[in-house]
Amino acid sequence: MRFVRSRSRRGLWSRLIAAVGPALLPGLAAADYKLNLPPPVTRIGSEILKLHNIIMIICAVIFVIVFGLMLYSIVMHRKSRGVKPAAFHDNAKLEVLWTVIPFLILVGIAIPSTATLIEMTDTAKSDMTIKITGYQWRWQYDYPDHGVNFFSSLSTPREQIEGKADKGENYLLEVDNPMVVPVGKKVRLLITANDVIHAWWVPEIGLKKDAIPGFLTDAWMTIDKPGVYRGQCAELCGKDHGFMPIVVNAVTPEEFDKWVVAQKQQAAAAAASADKTWTMEELMARGKQVYQTCAACHGANGEGVGPFPKLAGSKIATGPVDAHIDIVLNGKPGTAMQAFGAQLNDADIAAVVTFERNSFGNKTGDLVQPAQVKAARK
Amino acid sequence: MATAAHHHDEHPTGISRWLFSTNHKDIGTLYLLFSLLMFFVGGVMALVIRSELFQPGLQITNPHFFNQMTTMHALVMIFGAVMPAFVGLANWQLPLMIGAPDMALPRLNNWSFWILPFAFALLLSTLFLQGAGGAPATGWTMYPPLSIQGGIGVDLAIFSIHMMGISSVLGAINVIATILNMRAPGMTLLKMPMFAWTWLITAFLLLLAMPVLAGAVTMVLTDRHFGTSFFDAAGGGDPVLFQHVFWFFGHPEVYIMILPAFGIISQVIPTFARKPLFGYHSMVYATASIAFLSTVVWAHHMFTVGMPLAGELFFMYATMLIAVPTGVKIFNWIATMWRGAMTFETPMLFAIAFVFLFTIGGLSGLMVAVAPADFQYHDTYFVVAHFHYVLVTGAVVAIFAGAYYWLPKWTGHMYNEKLGKWHFWLTMIGMNLTFFPMHFLGLAGMPRRIPDYALQFTDFNQWATIGAFIFGFSQLLFAYLVIQTIRGGKKADSRVWEGAEGLEWTLPSPPPYHSFTTAPVVK
Repeated sequence: MRFVRSRSRRGLWSRLIAAVGPALLPGLAAADYKLNLPPPVTRIGSEILKLHNIIMIICAVIFVIVFGLMLYSIVMHRKSRGVKPAAFHDNAKLEVLWTVIPFLILVGIAIPSTATLIEMTDTAKSDMTIKITGYQWRWQYDYPDHGVNFFSSLSTPREQIEGKADKGENYLLEVDNPMVVPVGKKVRLLITANDVIHAWWVPEIGLKKDAIPGFLTDAWMTIDKPGVYRGQCAELCGKDHGFMPIVVNAVTPEEFDKWVVAQKQQAAAAAASADKTWTMEELMARGKQVYQTCAACHGANGEGVGPFPKLAGSKIATGPVDAHIDIVLNGKPGTAMQAFGAQLNDADIAAVVTFERNSFGNKTGDLVQPAQVKAARK
Repeated sequence: MATAAHHHDEHPTGISRWLFSTNHKDIGTLYLLFSLLMFFVGGVMALVIRSELFQPGLQITNPHFFNQMTTMHALVMIFGAVMPAFVGLANWQLPLMIGAPDMALPRLNNWSFWILPFAFALLLSTLFLQGAGGAPATGWTMYPPLSIQGGIGVDLAIFSIHMMGISSVLGAINVIATILNMRAPGMTLLKMPMFAWTWLITAFLLLLAMPVLAGAVTMVLTDRHFGTSFFDAAGGGDPVLFQHVFWFFGHPEVYIMILPAFGIISQVIPTFARKPLFGYHSMVYATASIAFLSTVVWAHHMFTVGMPLAGELFFMYATMLIAVPTGVKIFNWIATMWRGAMTFETPMLFAIAFVFLFTIGGLSGLMVAVAPADFQYHDTYFVVAHFHYVLVTGAVVAIFAGAYYWLPKWTGHMYNEKLGKWHFWLTMIGMNLTFFPMHFLGLAGMPRRIPDYALQFTDFNQWATIGAFIFGFSQLLFAYLVIQTIRGGKKADSRVWEGAEGLEWTLPSPPPYHSFTTAPVVK
């Protein structure tokens, strides 16, 4: 009877392990565990990694010595071994020693840290400047020296986030328009924000700086190696804080120059397209793309998300066209609905307004031309 | 005299015993039970967070609700679980340890507790206002302008923080008044038990810090509703000003939650090592210097806001200095164990685990103090790992040590040692599995406060989630053990532990209603 019972119990355990094990083990065994900071591609990044490794080693050594002693004491000085407790409770020499030694170790750490910190804050003699502005929830990159200016938003499709499609390799770390910089040049970054505080962070570059609305912070980077480096916003900035990645594309100076020219041509084409008359199909297709920005709060199908209002059948999206254009252009003060006038061009706004008025069961049939948006801007 | 004592013994029973109580033991019990309840409430929120983070993609929450969970988890755990637990321990233990009949200000004591349930009812009610934006989703730090955007939940949270602040300040006043006025004859300040010392210093930190927090959140409130622009650059304000004011509260707050833990550990280790505390005087001075340093290091939470170089350097050096007195404490505890005759009952297990695990948090604290490196660690899971190592495997573990240590004194019954050990080991496995992988996640580049993450972070997140469920559910064992001990068990004698020293062990277990009606004399 006992035998049978214990067997059935073992049966339960092995069944449990059989059920849970395969689900976990392959993942655990095959995983490529990353245990340290990623390989840096800037000098500052390497210096930080060096500092990090040195302090890690110091900490590990202290840990092993201190807890080696504690462990020895736990093993040897236990009542079950019949030891008699000692009665000492002071030792001036020892106490001075373990105050002074840690202090000296700290001085040893502080010296290289200070040197690195001084270097990090020296933004002088830069080769070019990029102004980075954080928005809820995308980044804007402005190259005042080159006359290039664009927005960079998450490009991972919502279906992947919601588990309706397989996740791609760079899930949540991919954008539509990456920041492009030339390698070997000292790039000064001026960082600010439009709405709330964000933080621009790319681990491999070793650079993290807060983007504060109304203030400019500055930083610099010189990337040594061409490549694509990915990071994320690091300061909680509201609902889609986890969905505003940063992608930096470091290219050779020649490629960078070519990229600048292409960007300018694109901008000119976009400006021209604002003056033409668009068809309903064109507007709807473009609007659907632009709407990805709105979907974060208003839902992929205009159903609203949490406290954020739905657009399906809403007063704005089915009422007067002018009011609709106005709220998209100028936002609604005191809410998360921001002014998109500065972020989207006339064609984009015309398209998205048209899209919203003719989707999710809204059937106004209204068609908004970029010219109308241009007029409303004044 | 005898009749007066008898008169006082007719204390209220039933519900009015708890509602109108002015007795330090009853109020201590209320604080501790409230803290345990909030520990479970905050724990459920942590499990919601960990469930969402079990795999990439959005499964059970939307990002807005996720942010509410991280915010509320922090507020509930800090102000509802950890701080009230320490006040509860202070209420029970301080009069017993310094030879007083009760706390100095018993009615104030009643009030400072009874504010708390209302404060938390208000705070938790915001979870039911999902139509109006729900609970605050700004992170517990409530940085503007994000906190200016939030819904009514932010206003209610601000009001509840005001109430918690009043409660804490009143509690602190009471502790100071009790310790400075009601010590037994002969107990000079430098003869006080360490727990009383650490609480005295903590109480002064509370008086310093809580009003500053109240000021900071009040400015957010007026920015939100009354047209001021303290934190709005467009009106001449500065969002970073809030961070300075907040962390001027926030960093002492960290030590408010760890100094009493140091006190508990300094009581437990000598008892089970059967040897007096090593370096009592240096312990007192170390505690005082930690408290002082904690008020001049606040901007190490803000290395990335773009401070001038001189500021960064000052806050880096000052922060690194804290490692010195903290190291002194660790060394003293180990020297106390050295050549003792140790036994390993549950309180001692928790105390040893504290020394071990708190040091991990302390060393990662040294790492984040190094400003250039902090540019990588800041706002990542490395920081999440760091502060959970000091707060959970530090403060919470110390609270468990204290609870097991004094539970027989409070109830008059021995707890179930076997169950206590089960609780200890499950907690250890669970909490380390939860928090240790977070170091690696942070180094690999996972920011904190995100509801969804890139695929490379999956494995360690799964470890952490499994650990969190083990940790969370094993706390039910603790609740069961406490109830079991209250209801019965082997009688505890007045000394309880063979090596226990101090006035509380001269009283029977449980102690009489008015702890010391005649003051004991300390030689």
